[in-house]
Amino acid sequence: MAQLHVPRSLAALFPSVPRLLEIEADDVANLIRELDQRYPGMADRLCAPGPRLRPHIKVFVDKRFAALDTPLTSVSVVHIIPAVSGGSDRPIEG
Amino acid sequence: MASRTLILLGTRKGVFTLELDGSREPGALSGPHCEAMPIQHAAWDPLRGAIVAGAGSPWYGPIVWRSEDLGRSWTQSSDGLSYGDDEDAPAVTRVWNITAVGDAIYAGVEPAGLFRSDDGGLSFRHVAGLRDHPSRPDWEPGAGGLILHTIVPHPSEAERMWVGISAVGVFHTADGGRTWETRNAGVPVAGSPDEDTEVGRCVHKLGLHPARPEVLYQQNHRGAYRSDDGARTWTSINAGLPSTFGFPLAVHPHDPLTIWTIPLNGDDQGRHMIDGRAAVWMSRDQGATWSAQREGLPQQGAFVGVLREAMAVDRHDPAGVYFGTSTGQLFGSRDEGRSWRLLADFLPGICSVEAVVLEG
Repeated sequence: MAQLHVPRSLAALFPSVPRLLEIEADDVANLIRELDQRYPGMADRLCAPGPRLRPHIKVFVDKRFAALDTPLTSVSVVHIIPAVSGGSDRPIEG
Repeated sequence: MASRTLILLGTRKGVFTLELDGSREPGALSGPHCEAMPIQHAAWDPLRGAIVAGAGSPWYGPIVWRSEDLGRSWTQSSDGLSYGDDEDAPAVTRVWNITAVGDAIYAGVEPAGLFRSDDGGLSFRHVAGLRDHPSRPDWEPGAGGLILHTIVPHPSEAERMWVGISAVGVFHTADGGRTWETRNAGVPVAGSPDEDTEVGRCVHKLGLHPARPEVLYQQNHRGAYRSDDGARTWTSINAGLPSTFGFPLAVHPHDPLTIWTIPLNGDDQGRHMIDGRAAVWMSRDQGATWSAQREGLPQQGAFVGVLREAMAVDRHDPAGVYFGTSTGQLFGSRDEGRSWRLLADFLPGICSVEAVVLEG
């Protein structure tokens, strides 16, 4: 099973989520589907409609940038990382 | 006065709450809640006794937060806050307004659209009729984006509602959201030479008093306005105000003729208090005349702004008035604006203020 590292800020939104998970999935999209089965609503936090990964959500498989169709194996190590670029709200005027 | 008052603050870094005692003396400040996400609007659901807050996380997208224990614990969801999976469908980026209407919760979002929840904010469905309006190709964003930021329900006719979209204008539905009409006659266009368009009106905030639901007040990018016919036609009530530009507007809880606004120096001049002297302006005659309320507010060096949702009144008598600044100060008045004091400082920029009276 793939090993998934969950970022602190995502785990904080789903209080029962451990920071390290083992998930059976053949690609990143199915990993996120499985996550959403276990923790309803989590896919909405990671993906915009389409689905497509949200602009400031980065997924790495075995330390390489990954997309939803990136394949996984039973020994893959997956990191979901909130991008540094998403760390600041844009100015609000209005 | 035995009842407490809870001030809900939506800020750029989460929800804060400030409890005021029976004398409206400030007590404990609590926060930041909601994982310090940018909160455009923290509101009260009186039916369920819950705080509901609309957020837009740069990482995690649009979120509605909910607390049923006055902020001690929170849950989040965005179930249904979507225009669908079509390639052309835009992604909802943030929730700008959250308003309880009877047993429903409405959410106004960016890009502009309206969603309704019938389960207290756990899930939503798109009120598609608004985005089906034939004017939508002409909708242009304001400085905050193309946003539905104001939701004003009719107090007694459940099928009627007004919404404000920047920089588009006011829309009204009389059939529960299936069809909508623009309601902008008499309000000048902003940012376009086309005065004949039915949109292009940069509404900033709407308000009404339940006792006179056909009388609406509007703070607009280009001045303050009043309508006496359900927003079909608008008349300027800006004479006597020091500027045409400002964001918030509040209506007295017990007197339909009394309103407050906070003029800023101008849309292209910094959008701060005029001459750095903080003032709230009050009219007791539905906008015919205005007077400044300054006692207790800083009268030099206060180059602060106040955003559209960042002024509120409570239901006490005399009414309390509150406003938060974009630089994190919360001011309050226990005497309808005659005198003010600083209630909290050094907060993140304040996007919304609501005042909730808690009985007992």
